[in-house]
Amino acid sequence: MSPHASNLGIEMVNLLGAFLLLLAFAMLAARRTLSLIRFFAMQGFFLSASIFIVAFLSGETNLYYSALFTFALKVILLPYILKELTLRLDIQRDIETLVNVPVTMILGIGIVVFSFSLAAPISEAASTVTRSLIGVGLACVLLSFLAMITRKKAMTQIIGFLAMENGLLFSATNATYGMPMVVELGIALDVLIGSIIFGIFFFQIRETFESLDLKFFEKLKEE
Amino acid sequence: MLVFFVLGVPIFSSAVMAFTGHRRWASHLNAFLTLGTFSASLVLALEVLRTGPILAWGETFYVDSFNVFLVSLTAFVGFTTALFSGPYMRIEEEKGRVGARILRLYHSAYQIFLFTMLLALLSNNLGILWVSLEGATLATVLLVSLYRTRASIEAAWKYFILCGVGIAQALFGTILLYFAAEKILGSGGTALLWTHLFQIRFQLEPTVLKIAFVFLLVGYGTKVGLVPLHNWLPDAHAEGPTPISAVLSGLLLNVALYALVRGKILVDGALQSNLASHLMIGFGLLSMVVAVFSMIRRKDVKRLFAYSSIEHMGIATFAFGLGGPLATFAALLHMTVHSLTKSSIFFSVGHAAQIAGTQQMEQIRGLMKRVPRLGWGLVLGAFAILGMPPFGVFASEFLVLTMAMKEAAWATPILLLCLAVAFGVIFFRVQNMVLGDASPDRLSHPPALFPVFVHLGLVLLLGVFLPPFLAHWYQQAALFIG
Repeated sequence: MSPHASNLGIEMVNLLGAFLLLLAFAMLAARRTLSLIRFFAMQGFFLSASIFIVAFLSGETNLYYSALFTFALKVILLPYILKELTLRLDIQRDIETLVNVPVTMILGIGIVVFSFSLAAPISEAASTVTRSLIGVGLACVLLSFLAMITRKKAMTQIIGFLAMENGLLFSATNATYGMPMVVELGIALDVLIGSIIFGIFFFQIRETFESLDLKFFEKLKEE
Repeated sequence: MLVFFVLGVPIFSSAVMAFTGHRRWASHLNAFLTLGTFSASLVLALEVLRTGPILAWGETFYVDSFNVFLVSLTAFVGFTTALFSGPYMRIEEEKGRVGARILRLYHSAYQIFLFTMLLALLSNNLGILWVSLEGATLATVLLVSLYRTRASIEAAWKYFILCGVGIAQALFGTILLYFAAEKILGSGGTALLWTHLFQIRFQLEPTVLKIAFVFLLVGYGTKVGLVPLHNWLPDAHAEGPTPISAVLSGLLLNVALYALVRGKILVDGALQSNLASHLMIGFGLLSMVVAVFSMIRRKDVKRLFAYSSIEHMGIATFAFGLGGPLATFAALLHMTVHSLTKSSIFFSVGHAAQIAGTQQMEQIRGLMKRVPRLGWGLVLGAFAILGMPPFGVFASEFLVLTMAMKEAAWATPILLLCLAVAFGVIFFRVQNMVLGDASPDRLSHPPALFPVFVHLGLVLLLGVFLPPFLAHWYQQAALFIG
């Protein structure tokens, strides 16, 4: 077994996993762009904290770097970029009109049940100390996916997209103690370039459609 | 060292193009640089043909018969598309649709796109394969919205979001794959390396691999354009500039299918059952059926051929699903000929749309009279893609059909029906576009007809006579994919 495996540590990671899932639900229900960004930053924080604890429990030095990275990218840089964009595009007061929050929530619960049952055979095969959390990671991925489908604003879709990546990273850490360093760096690079591109995109959309509301996106539906 | 050249030239070129992409001579330089990439890839291919699989830079890159043919194909179509893109973009520039800044972005992103695809093919690491496929999406997103029209921005957004979401599923699949491999190979770098994974494929945990493959199929399937995940594809093809439609259709879809097939080899080994095959057969057939019936109501010519790409990727996926050396051989051949034919068609269609000033098929008339050689290029391209002998598509489709009759007889009528519907629709539409009365026309700049006919010539050659070294090469790859 790994050097520092202790019940307390495992309980901590479990708790953080629960927070992550809770925040995924919160994002599903959140209406205001700024609160969504805040939830996203919090999710990033809990994610990096959980990676840090797993690093301590398992003694994998790579994971410390990964935790540091995640913190820099998901807690500081991306929320900053998102907030800056929101202010500069002057959409901080935008309110998403969500249809049927209760139905979305029930769907979300269904997704969690599905993820856990799908992850059960995987967890049994895992040898990591935190293996029971693979289901949580998968649930976060699918919940963010659901959040993206139910949104109509460009900014909120992107936040859902980034939150999805959080869920993936969480699964990777808990199933395997993280992917090889070069792959994790590559993924981080993709996320970073992706965020620059959607930043450019927001301005293009705004310039052409005079709004960031995707309900104006209808031309391509027909032909 | 060769691998370094193949990857280094596009990276270097993209940096050069970022500064000089708006100059008069930029398109020539662009073509010249892609010629460099192509030459390097040819030398690499000869090397592999002579000595067998190569590992380069430790175990970072791996070149075998399967990917080296895709590498040369990618570099070749990258080169001819650069040749086509020169005159095409010149005409667009004269129409005032693109400016200096946009041309710099265009040329630079084009090279990065080539780089990411080549990296995806050459990398030995399945994680890097994922990273570079995502990179390929990112490189082309801004190219799809190049014209900054409402429709193009919408198409690019759809492309970005759908492919992003899709490929996130593939990452989950890759994580699961790593997870299964790590228990055998131990943590650290080697558990995602293809060469190691291939050796232990019989020992991988079957349940985990089963779930992993489903995620990989959904993820990479989105990029292949498999129905029901194909929604981004017609929009991105129709709204972006035509050289980009050509490389998306001719190259990116192939690379995504390549990623999926790599996954399939591992799953087949671990499962000892036909799950992956059944899934691929199902998705392939569904894609064909939906694509050909969607073609009927299309009004936009690039959209029509985008659906035809979905159909042909469906055929290739179906053939890989059938499995066995012969069907796999057919699938590889089909990937090659489809890529060559479809990009040639996009070249002709791009110029045709420039002459007519619209992509609406109803308003494109009398191409044979307006620019005869272009009209012929489109007609021959259409014949080739419809699987008329003696073109190469006929050979590959015939092989797929024969194998289908043997392995999955129930699927044969569906295949034939799809081919017939596609034939009816495309034949009729192309006939309307090329025939009819019109006066001779001239573009402000002579059209690039050379790439159109080079591609068609190669497809013809592959249909009439498959060079022995090429046949041997496909067989090697097919045996290994199995």
